[in-house]
Amino acid sequence: MTGTVFLQQLMNGVSLGSLYALLAIGYTLVYGILGLINFAHSDVFMLGTYFAFFMMVIFMLPWWLSIIIGVALCALVGVSIERVAYRPLRNAPRISALITAVGVSFFIENLGLVTVGARPKGFPRPPLMKNIYMLAGARIQGVTFWVPLISVAILILLFYIVYKTKMGMAMRAVAKDLETTRLMGVNVDKVIMYTFALGSALAGAGGIMWAFKYPQINPLMGVFPGWKAFTAAVVGGIGNVVGAMMGGFIIGISEIMIVAFFPHLSGYRDAFVFTILIIFLLVKPGGIMGEAQREKV
Amino acid sequence: MKKALFATLLALFLAFSVAFVGAQETIRIGANLEMTGAVAAYGQMIWEGINLVKEIVGDEVLGKKVELVLVDNKSDKVEAANAATRLIDKEKVVAMIGPAISGSMLAVGPICEEKQVPVISATATNPLVTQGKKFVFRACFLDPYQAAAAAQFAIEDLNATTAAILSDVAQDYCVALGNFFKEEFTKRGGTIVSEQYCKTGDQDFSAQLTTIMNANPDILYVPNYYTEIALICRQARDLGFEGIILSADGADAPELFSIGGDAVEGIYHTAIWDATKGLNEVGQKYIDLYREKYGKDPNMFGALGADAYLILLDAIKRAGKADPVAIRDAIEDTENLDVVTGKVTIENGDAVKPVVVRKVEGGQFKFVKTVVPY
Repeated sequence: MTGTVFLQQLMNGVSLGSLYALLAIGYTLVYGILGLINFAHSDVFMLGTYFAFFMMVIFMLPWWLSIIIGVALCALVGVSIERVAYRPLRNAPRISALITAVGVSFFIENLGLVTVGARPKGFPRPPLMKNIYMLAGARIQGVTFWVPLISVAILILLFYIVYKTKMGMAMRAVAKDLETTRLMGVNVDKVIMYTFALGSALAGAGGIMWAFKYPQINPLMGVFPGWKAFTAAVVGGIGNVVGAMMGGFIIGISEIMIVAFFPHLSGYRDAFVFTILIIFLLVKPGGIMGEAQREKV
Repeated sequence: MKKALFATLLALFLAFSVAFVGAQETIRIGANLEMTGAVAAYGQMIWEGINLVKEIVGDEVLGKKVELVLVDNKSDKVEAANAATRLIDKEKVVAMIGPAISGSMLAVGPICEEKQVPVISATATNPLVTQGKKFVFRACFLDPYQAAAAAQFAIEDLNATTAAILSDVAQDYCVALGNFFKEEFTKRGGTIVSEQYCKTGDQDFSAQLTTIMNANPDILYVPNYYTEIALICRQARDLGFEGIILSADGADAPELFSIGGDAVEGIYHTAIWDATKGLNEVGQKYIDLYREKYGKDPNMFGALGADAYLILLDAIKRAGKADPVAIRDAIEDTENLDVVTGKVTIENGDAVKPVVVRKVEGGQFKFVKTVVPY
């Protein structure tokens, strides 16, 4: 393998990894605050692509406006899911919320299958994403170049929200201790709603960028990226935003490298990712950035 | 619900029998098809094709009327076997057009062997369907045949000497095509420079494609289904692959264009036939009549159903009598018969006929040529 090919493969990995990272942050945000794994997250990811698709293809809106509307609708969906499915179970045992999450996920997937059908649709790509850039002999597609950049921009924005705003402070407080925060006069439900909106908006943005890169959408498209992003969140340390970002890149790059170095194992690339998950759960359940005493809420 | 269905079927049968009351002695041919159930679309398309071609060539042979007896096998193996027994024992058919799918065909085969009545499937592609059987035939070709045609076309018409394969390990169809392509391409003096794999549902092929591009092949063979083909083409072009991309009949779906867009322009694929241009008179008539009736281009299933009917009709004519064993022998001797999808010869129970090669041009499949491998 020559240097250029390796560089190309690395870029492939970074590009895939940044998408996992975006999705992983959503898992981590909700987990950090509620201790709940929001399995419907990957379906919000799918919904985002369909929202943007309908805006672009049926309402003929420009792509940037379609993205904004798609992301906004995803935030709305996230808040609705929280309101309808999770809030009534706020004080129920954790297992109930977990099962509800799985139920919501199946509900959205099957609703998609019934309404838009199982046949994949082609996703239109704006010119910006189609451009080709050359870097030291390696060809970089617009998507490969822009998606990681946008992800980093979103991450910076997220840090600003979490660490510099009042709502961010409230989110961190809820994550530390929900009951005490409530006693301090903070509207906890509002904070949780805000978190879901933020996480779902990230899922929507991730989905739309995923569709720019792999321009084919179907109601079950979120399933595997969702599982891999969840793995990334665990590897990075679930509950930790920086960890989720790192986990995303680790999973993306290792997935590409396994195919690049061991072509015969290509069929096992998903299995490989889940093996990483199992190894981390066995050896370092807190993940790379995780703290040891994460068990609370 | 079941009662209603039964009543409808009964009414249908009555209508059929009334229609034929008073006709002189008839030759009865069974149609054991998937009219309901999981793959009902296949059976219905085949039935449509049989009836369409019947309008073109008529239903008289040896001075007698051909009567088609349709039994719904509900897309089920057991039902298909029952239907076969009933068609032979009760309906006294002299030959049968068999189920569309390989699984049901494998259930029907042994019954027809035992009762010595020939059966011909329009579309069952599994090699086991006809293997070691005397009374079982099919009107379509097999995957090894199609892949060999692709390899021959790559070397002779596209002047390729090196090729890379990116096939789907989760599909027997894709694995078989990839292996047979490799075998034939190598046998003809070509070199396979890279063999890569993916899995149904994969969306990212950048790692495989980067490796393939590094090996710099003349041709990239992608024997997959349309979704993967479209995504592979897109990513290959994005990564800067400028070689020729060659695919198989899995590419034949409108989604290839909606997902692949301009990236699938110029790719070639092998197909069973080309529904835009008939290769002979009966084929052209079939296409014209289909368009007139349904207002769109005909499909492969109907065309192969029509082929099965034409092969049977021709065999009965040559046998000179409506005797199942004589008809079987005549089917086995079918040579260069003009059917809807081209010229067909039956060898070891399988149809041997030219493979059609098409190219994507302007968001459409364009007929390039026919290839007869081996």
